[in-house]
Amino acid sequence: MKSSKLIILVTSLLVILQSACNGGQKTEIPSVMDNQPGVLNIMTHDSFAVSENLITDFEKENNVEINFLLSGDTGAALNRAILTKESPQADVFFGVDNTFLSRALDEEIFEPYNSPMLVNIDNSLRLDLENYALPVDFGDVCINFDKAYFEENQLSIPSSLSDLLLPEYEGLLVVENPATSSPGLAFMLATIAEFGEEGYLDFWSDLKANGVVVVNDWESAYYSNFSASAGKGNQPMVVSYGSSPPAEVIFSETPLDDAPTASIIAPNTCFRQIEFVGILKGTQQRELAEKFVDFLLDVPFQEDLPLQMFVFPANQKAKLPPEFEKFAQIPDQPAKLDLDLIAQNREKWIQDWTLVVLR
Amino acid sequence: MNQRLKYIRMAPAILLWSLPFAFLLVFYFQPLLANFRMAWQATTSEVLASISLKVITQPLFFTIWQAILSTLLTIIVGFPPAYLLAKYRFVGKSFIRLLTTIPFIMPTVVVAAGFNALLGPKGWFNLLLQTFFSLDKPPIQIINTLGAILLAHVFYNSTVFIRVVGGAWSQLDPKIEFAARTLGASPLRVWQKITFPLLKPALLSAILLIFLFNFTSFAVILLLGGPKFSTLEVEIYIQALHMLNLPVAGLLSAIQLLFTLVLTILYTRLIKTKTITLTPRDPEEVAKPIKGWKQRSFLVGTMSYLIILFVAPLFSLVLRSFLLTDFSRNLDGSTGNRFSLVYYQELFLNRRESLFYVPPIDAILNSLYFGLITVGIALFLGFLAANVISSRSRWGKLLDPILMLPLGTSAVSLGLGFILVFNTPPLDVRSFPLLVPIAHSLVAMPFVVRILQPVIASVPRGLKYSAMVLGASPWRTFWQVEFPILFRAIISAALFAFTISLGEFGATTFLARPEQPTIPIAIYRYLSQPGGLNYGQAMAMSTILMIVCALSIILIERLKLPNIKEF
Repeated sequence: MKSSKLIILVTSLLVILQSACNGGQKTEIPSVMDNQPGVLNIMTHDSFAVSENLITDFEKENNVEINFLLSGDTGAALNRAILTKESPQADVFFGVDNTFLSRALDEEIFEPYNSPMLVNIDNSLRLDLENYALPVDFGDVCINFDKAYFEENQLSIPSSLSDLLLPEYEGLLVVENPATSSPGLAFMLATIAEFGEEGYLDFWSDLKANGVVVVNDWESAYYSNFSASAGKGNQPMVVSYGSSPPAEVIFSETPLDDAPTASIIAPNTCFRQIEFVGILKGTQQRELAEKFVDFLLDVPFQEDLPLQMFVFPANQKAKLPPEFEKFAQIPDQPAKLDLDLIAQNREKWIQDWTLVVLR
Repeated sequence: MNQRLKYIRMAPAILLWSLPFAFLLVFYFQPLLANFRMAWQATTSEVLASISLKVITQPLFFTIWQAILSTLLTIIVGFPPAYLLAKYRFVGKSFIRLLTTIPFIMPTVVVAAGFNALLGPKGWFNLLLQTFFSLDKPPIQIINTLGAILLAHVFYNSTVFIRVVGGAWSQLDPKIEFAARTLGASPLRVWQKITFPLLKPALLSAILLIFLFNFTSFAVILLLGGPKFSTLEVEIYIQALHMLNLPVAGLLSAIQLLFTLVLTILYTRLIKTKTITLTPRDPEEVAKPIKGWKQRSFLVGTMSYLIILFVAPLFSLVLRSFLLTDFSRNLDGSTGNRFSLVYYQELFLNRRESLFYVPPIDAILNSLYFGLITVGIALFLGFLAANVISSRSRWGKLLDPILMLPLGTSAVSLGLGFILVFNTPPLDVRSFPLLVPIAHSLVAMPFVVRILQPVIASVPRGLKYSAMVLGASPWRTFWQVEFPILFRAIISAALFAFTISLGEFGATTFLARPEQPTIPIAIYRYLSQPGGLNYGQAMAMSTILMIVCALSIILIERLKLPNIKEF
């Protein structure tokens, strides 16, 4: 009979679906009864990376299973935390940066936590004094240049942002669109810090006249346009990170004695991105969440950061790996902008920038 | 028969038919509406006042304009190979079919790198032309122009036209055409009066699918078009994820959806003309060998442009994955290249002992796993949906346009909706393992239905009735009469579902657990950090993706029906 066979088909399908649901559920639901490890959910962006043994140790010590939710780029991950703040999907959120921090604080997604580890954290990085958001790492968005190109053409290295307008640098710089890229946004903020809210547009229209190349994302800028990367592009200067030169050494195909690139770290040419962690409001596991935040701020994780995520530790006790000591440059005087000013104006600044540079 | 008894006997059928509706309701409408509701709640009069009309009209017009151009170009490029594959037997036929499918699964970042290696300012074409004609500047400047967008769309979507139209064409019975020719009709008249009307459903389906893909194009615009071009989808992405301005993003995606709806309704109207039922023929019987210089030069011409368009960019990626670039520059400033397997070896090493490191074999298995489940879900539900639509009932008329909507919906909005809705077990984005293939199935189902439905509709009722009159059960009628006729179409539909899943990136990055990345995700992970080794590994992984895709397609196409004559 047709009907009986169909019923069997449908029921078996439902059974499969049911078991599939349960299969996923089992790992998730913490059952304290039989001393099974609980689960701590960490929401973060998809550039997050860490050494496996650090996490395994933390899991063993605290009888907990760490579940990472990698949720797209910085903006997408923060959006997820904000959208789900009524019924939070995680206990801890890592990776909101200083360009988005005001937004996160306004949306009240975090609970404050005065971690004992804060004593070792660089005070200049602590932008939220009420400790809703605690600084974990920082990185400087700087212009990288192709050392060989500058040497061969006997070019001097620009010593300020205004230098980029000189005719000898015509068509040599590639930048990212601040509307679609986080280093692009950081670099635009550096120009606003240097030339002011009015002046930055004049600078950009001059830079456009001097042949600046704009692309949408860091991958294109670095791998398609930058001449010193594996993509062998046409521009010897790119907006990237202060940590990119050591990465070129670490990830080179053949052992290198010297980095093929370096950063321009003259005063006010770089913009410092600081990444924060916070305990998400409404967590059921406050104690474990605190322990995890402490773990992020403590020396072992902080010393792991540079080679995993190519950022610098916020903890002053943490030592840098040798490649970083040798090839990474930290600007003494990065460009500074007020947090609230960024939050209020970011949209308007990007729109004005778009009109001047792209239209 | 008692009326109530009739309903009870029909219950299983009703249950089965309602499955596609239930699927769309739960996994498409529910998240989408949640997203719209949230955008609406965030909308204040202040926000409304700040929206200028230009923010909407500019991307809308550009979106439509580039989609029309891209679709037209894709038809022009896809028509000759579709005709060749349908009508002729020649050496390299399956190679051409394979070749045009591979672009469909390639991540855009890698394709952008491939185009750049060929057509960029230091690309091979430019260097070649420069040395040949001793020019100072690179003659081809296509990256970050409308040309690059169109080229990439043709590169990606030609396979849709070739497979959908070519597939239908190869099953047309040529006897009718011969009869018309014998009766004195000119070839043009045969095309106008016979071939075109018979192909019309497949043509319209292919055009709609391609148009919707171009209409919601995102990564191609972003990476190859550059910052000067912005479609609705790009604008939604910027507003939602970079400005955190959900009301504007919601408004834009509502406009996009409305446009898609109008388009699909228009399509269902256009296609409403009665389907002519003709028993499909075995393609192998229909195909003729190539004869004469006219046909031969047509074949050579088509093959050569296909090779330039498809082989060159893909081959440049494969080549790059074996070439070690030396940074120690030679005296003349050029850099030396050496053949090496170092990128492939490096894929198997977890040098930094990273938590999220995934061996290439695991990434391949994850991709295959998601791909096979997608094939299962999309084929099962798509087959039911195609039957509902073929039944020409009220439900079919309703399902037909809404089934296409996911293709024309903003992926960003739908993704945010998934996060809002699937928040509690068992349907939890954090733990439910099937959400990735379910999201892939939303995109794959329209393809499955568009491929299966015309064939289902064209099976002559008489065949089924004869079988039933002779005493065959409905199940046996399906298995021995309908299924063999549908078999080719089912294979073709399965291929689409599989390749859509294999190449999908956006939903996967949102929904897959970090320990379970697919090949495209692994490629992005390498490309997100500086260093020659990362770049090389991304190219090596892309080559692996191509190989996995090619092998799977060859395997699926080899599937034969046991003991039953195929059509």
